[in-house]
Amino acid sequence: MNYELRVNPIACHGHGMCAELLPEIIELDPWGYPILVSTSVPHGLLDHAKRAAAACPTLALLVNKAR
Amino acid sequence: MAAGHGGPAGYTVTELALLTDRQPDLRLPRLLAGISYYNVAGLRDHEQQYGPLPLWGTSGRRRPGRLIDVVDASGLTGRGGAGFPTGRKMRSVASGPGAAVVVANGAEGEPASCKDRLLLTRLPHLVLDGITLAAHAVGAREAYLCLHGQETELLNALDEALAQRSRAGLDPVPIQLTGIPGRYVASEQSSIVQYLNGGPAKPTFSPPRPHQRGVHGRPTLVNNVETLAHLALIARFGDRWFRGIGPPSAPGSTLVTVSGAVRRPGVYEIEMGTPAGQVVTLAGGAAERPAALLVGGYFGAWLPAGAAWPVPMSHAALKAAGGAMGAGMVIVLPVSSCGLAETARVVRYLADENAGQCGPCMFGLPALADAMADLAYQGGRGRALERVASLAGLVAGRGACRHPDGAVQLVRSALRAFESDARWHDHRGPCPGVARAPLLPVPGDADWDWA
Amino acid sequence: MPIDLHGPGMWYATRAAGLVTLLLLTASVLLGVMTTGRLSSDRWPRFLTVGLHRNVSLLVLVFLALHVTTTVLDTFVTIPVTAAFVPFASSYKTFWLGLGTIALDLLLALLATSLLRNRLGYRSWRRVHWLAYACWPIGLAHGLGIGTDRATTWVFALTVVCAAAVAAAAAWRLVTAARLGTR
Repeated sequence: MNYELRVNPIACHGHGMCAELLPEIIELDPWGYPILVSTSVPHGLLDHAKRAAAACPTLALLVNKAR
Repeated sequence: MAAGHGGPAGYTVTELALLTDRQPDLRLPRLLAGISYYNVAGLRDHEQQYGPLPLWGTSGRRRPGRLIDVVDASGLTGRGGAGFPTGRKMRSVASGPGAAVVVANGAEGEPASCKDRLLLTRLPHLVLDGITLAAHAVGAREAYLCLHGQETELLNALDEALAQRSRAGLDPVPIQLTGIPGRYVASEQSSIVQYLNGGPAKPTFSPPRPHQRGVHGRPTLVNNVETLAHLALIARFGDRWFRGIGPPSAPGSTLVTVSGAVRRPGVYEIEMGTPAGQVVTLAGGAAERPAALLVGGYFGAWLPAGAAWPVPMSHAALKAAGGAMGAGMVIVLPVSSCGLAETARVVRYLADENAGQCGPCMFGLPALADAMADLAYQGGRGRALERVASLAGLVAGRGACRHPDGAVQLVRSALRAFESDARWHDHRGPCPGVARAPLLPVPGDADWDWA
Repeated sequence: MPIDLHGPGMWYATRAAGLVTLLLLTASVLLGVMTTGRLSSDRWPRFLTVGLHRNVSLLVLVFLALHVTTTVLDTFVTIPVTAAFVPFASSYKTFWLGLGTIALDLLLALLATSLLRNRLGYRSWRRVHWLAYACWPIGLAHGLGIGTDRATTWVFALTVVCAAAVAAAAAWRLVTAARLGTR
């Protein structure tokens, strides 16, 4: 079961917690918004990804099962 | 002309062609056959020119699903810019849960495009026929025709056209005329859907897409008005007729708006796949020696004139040549103008027109516009070019809609098409072409200070 | 060892739990304002603010439960359990106790919606969460109005400090909201 990461750019307000909690995949651009280095989540990072998604104040980070 | 070949559900293409009592002419003009430069085509002129609205029934050869088959077989693709196969879109909307909704997008946001405006002002009944036929085919119970709200004259004229039709009992599903805000992003399909749902005219995050869940949560067919006009003729004359011109991969005719340094700027109907250079010739030829063509509008791409001239005007061919078809605009840039300066002005406009929803677009596009202006007008001391390229990479693909992507495509194509100019600007400063009067239309430009 | 339900033990427990609740609730509000205000530094990452806000809020519930339980169990004054959830249902200090009940109900709404945030969606959750700005002052008013420790100087001083901190944070929040746009 592969998982993929997605950002809802409209909901995202640039709080930046996702980049703190998942620095392996998420970096911040010069204005504080997330850049996804890759969209697939390696298995070892799944818990961290879910925690990052739960920490987002606006629920803009989405962890979904890949189709 | 294609001989019978496999179509949907095992029918050959020739079988799906409708038999009509008139022999439809394969040549151009097709959409513009009924156009008069002085009068609007009223309902009677329209019926005289194209024939009456073909009344599709509920069963047999004329049942709604069959029209979708015909549109599929015709190979009609969207004329609003994306070029998505119309038959496929209609099929997916028709098979969705609940009664569908049809939305005709007549809000022509591109400043350099006038084809939709031409259709709506001169040949409204072609578009209205198309809406009614599409609504019938997908089983819609609601239909909307959307225009920019400030077009009060046009809205009144269309109101009258609709009144004429309702007296003749033509549209079983009433077409609701809707004015939407006049911003660039408002004419994007998810913006229109959100606006019709009572929200702001701004793009939404997908999924779901309009054809899955759109207006009032129902499957919604959003089509450009030109696409629907073609549909009105396909319903009359069949798919084989439509495929009578244009290459098999890009059949039919299309409207293009030609402007810039040409002798007769305007809207022309061409066979799909016509080489870009021939389109310029149709418009009277270049008024000065051309340096480059901007094809596809402000979300399109620049191509150097020499490279652009033989490229066929179709989505696939232009993409293969590093360009884009967009909504069929061709702008001719003369050698005396500066492509970088023109691009800088357009990017500034696009940056100001962002919806204010997504950080990368809200902050990145203005920064990109600044960097382009630097390159075009100040000379970058050797660093502006690099800054433009890196900002472009930072902004693309990170918004909820294609607005930043379109701007980036324009910028990257400018850096390719005007590569040597860009290097010159970066090290030596602005070229003389910068001082020339602006060519590309940008609303509100007079207020900007370009010192 | 039997718990003396009549003596002052319960009463002290209630007051202590109430005071700790106030301190924790104040901390929670301050952390919430820090979250929206994006306050962070190299040593204090943002996920720490949001994590603390969540955990402190849950801890508020623990001490509030203690506060309510000891109040109800205390036989010195009869306060029915229903008064803990239905405002103005107690005959003892009806109004000021009722305020406490309202604050508790609001807090339960805040916690429930926050725990179910994923199901509710951001917009509905946000609309309910604005009630936090009502919950805190009502809780504070309950503490002051009920009068038990109003005369005790250090308790009063602590209350004033909490009020000042939240007032300052709210003012700062208004200023930064104007700067960041309507976020």
